[in-house]
Amino acid sequence: MIEMKNVSKWYGTFCVLNKCSTSVAKGEVVVVCGPSGSGKSTLIKCINGLEPFQEGSITFNDISVGDAKTNLSKLRSRIGMVFQNFELFPHISVIKNIMLGQEKVLGRTTEEAEKRGMELLHRVGLSEHAHKFPGQLSGGQQQRVAIARGLAMDPVAMLFDEPTSALDPEMINEVLDVMVELAKEGMTMMVVTHEMGFAKNVADRVIFMDEGRIEEDCTKEEFFSESRGERAQLFLSKILHH
Amino acid sequence: MNYNWDWGVLVTAPYFGWIISGLGWTLAVAACAWLIAFTLGSIIGIMRTTDNPVARSIGAGYVEVFRNIPLLVQMFLWYFIFPELLPEAWGTWVKRGIPLPEFWTAVVCLGTYTASRVAEQVRAGINAISLGQKQAAMAIGLAPMQVYRYILLPVSYRTIIPPMTSEFLGIFKNSSLALTIGVLELTAQTRQIEEYTFQGFEAFTAATILYITVTFIVMTAMAVVEKKMAIPGMISLGAK
Repeated sequence: MIEMKNVSKWYGTFCVLNKCSTSVAKGEVVVVCGPSGSGKSTLIKCINGLEPFQEGSITFNDISVGDAKTNLSKLRSRIGMVFQNFELFPHISVIKNIMLGQEKVLGRTTEEAEKRGMELLHRVGLSEHAHKFPGQLSGGQQQRVAIARGLAMDPVAMLFDEPTSALDPEMINEVLDVMVELAKEGMTMMVVTHEMGFAKNVADRVIFMDEGRIEEDCTKEEFFSESRGERAQLFLSKILHH
Repeated sequence: MNYNWDWGVLVTAPYFGWIISGLGWTLAVAACAWLIAFTLGSIIGIMRTTDNPVARSIGAGYVEVFRNIPLLVQMFLWYFIFPELLPEAWGTWVKRGIPLPEFWTAVVCLGTYTASRVAEQVRAGINAISLGQKQAAMAIGLAPMQVYRYILLPVSYRTIIPPMTSEFLGIFKNSSLALTIGVLELTAQTRQIEEYTFQGFEAFTAATILYITVTFIVMTAMAVVEKKMAIPGMISLGAK
């Protein structure tokens, strides 16, 4: 579904992505981890064209992301994305956040959009908060709304950029639960996260990045066994000891 | 000081009528100029935030030209120089063909000048929004125009209500410069009353009070608008 070949990106002379190649098949859950500044977020933002890249190619269902002729808005509407800081739109209510893309991009009627929105809010356990504003919800609730907003577009894949990093510890699980459920339903997912429990539980593959390079790209069994590289071992030993 | 106070002059015909008509023209110049300032200023401000380098430079060029020439000089440029630069028939039309040439010249001058200031407020309001908001809007598939229409502008216009209020008050007070090209607005009428009656203190006191009253009404109205438009749950220093 997602094919990435030799993707490189520079900010000025600083290389943030260095010849990254990987792929994500339909229904696969891929976790991307690695130290801060290793290019994880940049990598997944390249997939839906939020970040441009200078070299290499990315195709999503055989549509080239880097091609200037590609209608990026249309492509993005088919890939859900969840951000570290939720990024709900603060000036409209929760239900309107979920309806906006359905109405303005997919052309659904207000009734259809609201019905679908309420279904999804029910699913993430927030139907009673539909008419509140994002600023009136907790971080965990906001992130669940953000997931519902992504799902409302009926995406064929979901990208998660550190979805739990900005949350208080007690709110992390309510978000992870929703993500685990999605993964088990067969959603194609690419998840940047440090939640190794989530990776062990539902990931099919784990990608480990360091200094803009993909250092490991293997099944989770291989990744969590002793066969992984030195840099990944060091990283895991640091984050798993606490 | 030997001065014969006579407040009665203010309510005597024809002076009372002059004051009222002056206030009317002041409000008319300010309101029409504000329409130009708000519309054009928003477009220029938005242009400066786009990814298009041509749009950005046009916007930057506009702002630098219009905010760096003294307003009084701009008034004279529009009134005396601009018609001469046009083909002769057009120039004549601008000078004599349109109804109320002084009024419309003042409106265009104040509007285009204030647009440069409004543009900077709009640009600041948009740039104050985090990149993540724009990315989230793009990620659900909104086209660039829709990102502005549904996300960036509704939030940034709320942010800039206080400085935009200042800009409107500015255009209202700057409208007094229209007297230099012959618009009989409030300040012009006040001077005329002084010249006819030698009661300058009374006339200028009346003008001052009228200016302050209008600005006070605008300020109060905008404070209500700001409260009404506040986003529930958004905590900021100003939200107390």
